[in-house]
Amino acid sequence: METKVAEASPLTMEWRKKKSTKPVSEKILEGLIKAGGYSSIILISAILFFICKEAFPFLLNAFDFKNFFFSTNWNPASVNNVSYGILALIVGTLCVTFISMLIAVPLGLATAFYISEFCSPRLRETYKILIEFLAAIPSVVWGFVAIMMINPLIIKTFNVPIGLNILNASIILALMSLPLIVSVGEDALRAVPDTYREAAEAMGATRWEVATRVLLPAAKNGLLAAALLGVGRALGETMAVLMATGHSIQIPKSVFDPARTLTATIAAELGESPKGGEHYQSLFAIGLVLFIISLIVNVTADHLIRGRKK
Amino acid sequence: MFKPSNHLLKKEIRENNLRGALSLMTFFLFLPALIIMFWLFIKGFPVLSIDFLIQDPIRGMTAGGIFPTIVGTFWLVIISVIVSCPLGVLAALYLSEYAKDGKRTRIIRLAILNLAGVPSIVHALFGLGAFVLFLHMGTSILAASFTLAVMNLPVIITSTLESLKAVPHSFREASWNVGASKLQTIRHIVLPNSFPGILTGLVFAVGRSAGETAAILFTGVAFYLPFLPQSVFDQCMSLSMHLFTISTQVVGVPEAYPYATALVLILLILSINSISVLMRSYFRTRRKW
Repeated sequence: METKVAEASPLTMEWRKKKSTKPVSEKILEGLIKAGGYSSIILISAILFFICKEAFPFLLNAFDFKNFFFSTNWNPASVNNVSYGILALIVGTLCVTFISMLIAVPLGLATAFYISEFCSPRLRETYKILIEFLAAIPSVVWGFVAIMMINPLIIKTFNVPIGLNILNASIILALMSLPLIVSVGEDALRAVPDTYREAAEAMGATRWEVATRVLLPAAKNGLLAAALLGVGRALGETMAVLMATGHSIQIPKSVFDPARTLTATIAAELGESPKGGEHYQSLFAIGLVLFIISLIVNVTADHLIRGRKK
Repeated sequence: MFKPSNHLLKKEIRENNLRGALSLMTFFLFLPALIIMFWLFIKGFPVLSIDFLIQDPIRGMTAGGIFPTIVGTFWLVIISVIVSCPLGVLAALYLSEYAKDGKRTRIIRLAILNLAGVPSIVHALFGLGAFVLFLHMGTSILAASFTLAVMNLPVIITSTLESLKAVPHSFREASWNVGASKLQTIRHIVLPNSFPGILTGLVFAVGRSAGETAAILFTGVAFYLPFLPQSVFDQCMSLSMHLFTISTQVVGVPEAYPYATALVLILLILSINSISVLMRSYFRTRRKW
C-alpha cells in the first residue's frame, strides 16, 4: 500500500531548508565537540600505542616469556649477565597490594556504611569533605611520611633493623586508597533505592539489620567494585611505594622484608637507563604489563557497577 | 503500656554498640591525616618563613629556600589546565548533550574510566614516548604539562559532566521550543548555568595536579636548576619533586627542610581544595532551581 505524503507548504519547505543548512561556525563547533567526545578513546589508544612502540624492540629481541614472568632475576644493567625477570617485582607488587587491601577494604566499607546509613546528614557532609582532603594528600607526601614517621615507628614497635618494608608500604597504601574505597562504596549504598530500606524497616528490622541483611546483598556488586578500584589504586601507586618499600629485589618472606614493585622499578631506573637501550625498552614492557593489569581491574569494576544498575 | 520484650531490648543495646563502634572506626580513619598535618606543622614550622618561600636553594639544596620549585609548580599546573580544560569540557558536552545511549557511548565511558585508572608512572612513560620523543618537545615544561593534562582529563570530564547533568532538562526544552539550535542552547543556557560547577571541578583538578610527581618525573622536571624557566621549552623544578629529592636523594639536608617543603606543598593543595569546596557550597546556596 502506498501512503501519500501531503505536499509541504512553501513556508515549511523554507524552514526545512534553513534547518538543514546550519551556519558553518556551528558545524565546526559541533565537530569540535564530537572530536572532544572521542578524545578519551584516542588518548587511551595513544597510551597503548606509544608504550608498545617503545617496548617493541625489546619484545621482539630480548623478550623471553618464561624468563620475563617466571624468573626472579632482574638484572638489566649488568655487563655480562643481563636478565629480565620480573617475578620478584610482581610478587612485591601483589604483597603490598594484598596486605594494604586487608586493612583498607574492611575499614573503608565499614566507613562507607557508617557515612551512608548511620550518621546525620550534617556529619555526612563533613566526612565527605574530610575524605576529599584525605584524597588530596599527594603521594610524595605519603612517601615522606613513610620514611620519617612510620619507619621509626615500625623499628621501635617490632624491634626490626629497618622500617622501610612491605608493612610500611602497605600501611601507606591502605591510607591512600581508603578515600576511593569509601566514596565509591558510599555511592553504591546510595544507589540502593530507599524503598528497600522502607520495606525492611516496615517489617521491624533495625537499622543494623537493614544494613547487613538488605543493603549488603543489594549493593554487593558496587561494594566489590569499590574494593577493586582500591586494588587498582594500590597497584598503580608509584612515588609512595618507591619511598616506602625499601627497594630491594627479592621474594619477600615476611612483612618485615623490603621489596620492590613494578611501578617503583620504572620510576627508579628509567632515569638511569640510556634512551633506546634494551634496559630502557624493558621498562616500557613493564609499563605495558601495568597498563594491561589496570585495564582488567577497571573494566571488571565497571562491569560490576553496570551490572548492578540493570 | 507497651513494654519492649527482653529480646528487643537486647537488640537495641547491641545495635547501639555496633553503631558506636562504627562511628569510632570512621573517626579513627581520619586520625592519621590529622596527626600527619599536626606533625608536619610542628617539625616544619621553625624553618617556614617568607625567606624560605622566596629564596633559591643553595649549597646543593641543603640551605636556602624553595622559590624556583613553587614557580615551576605554577607553570606546570597552569599550562596543564589550559590544555585539559577545553578538551575536558568539549568531551563532557558531547557526552551530556549529543551522545545517545549506545555501544559507542559505553566505550567512551569505559575509556574515561580507564584513563583515570592508568597508573601515573604509565602516564609518565606515555608522556616520554609521545611528547618528549615523538613530538620532539624534549624534557620541557610543555611535555610535563601535557602529561599532567592527560592525567587530569578524566577528572575534568567527570566533574563537568556532573554539573552539566545538574542543569534541568526542562531548561533545554524551553530553549529548543523558542527556536534555539542545540548549540545556541548550549552556549546561552547550559554552559552559563553549569559554569560554577565546571569551575569548581577545574580548581579541584588544579589541586590534584599540583602534588603529582611520578607523571612529571621524566618529562620535564629537573632535580635542580640554577635558573628560573624562561619559556615553556625549559625544564623546571617542582615542589613535589623537590620534596622527593631532598628527602631521599640528597645527603646533608637539615632535618626541618623536607618537613617545611612538605608542609608548603600540603598547605598549597589543601588551600586550593578548600577554595573548590567553598565555591561548591557557595554556588549551591545561590542556585535558583
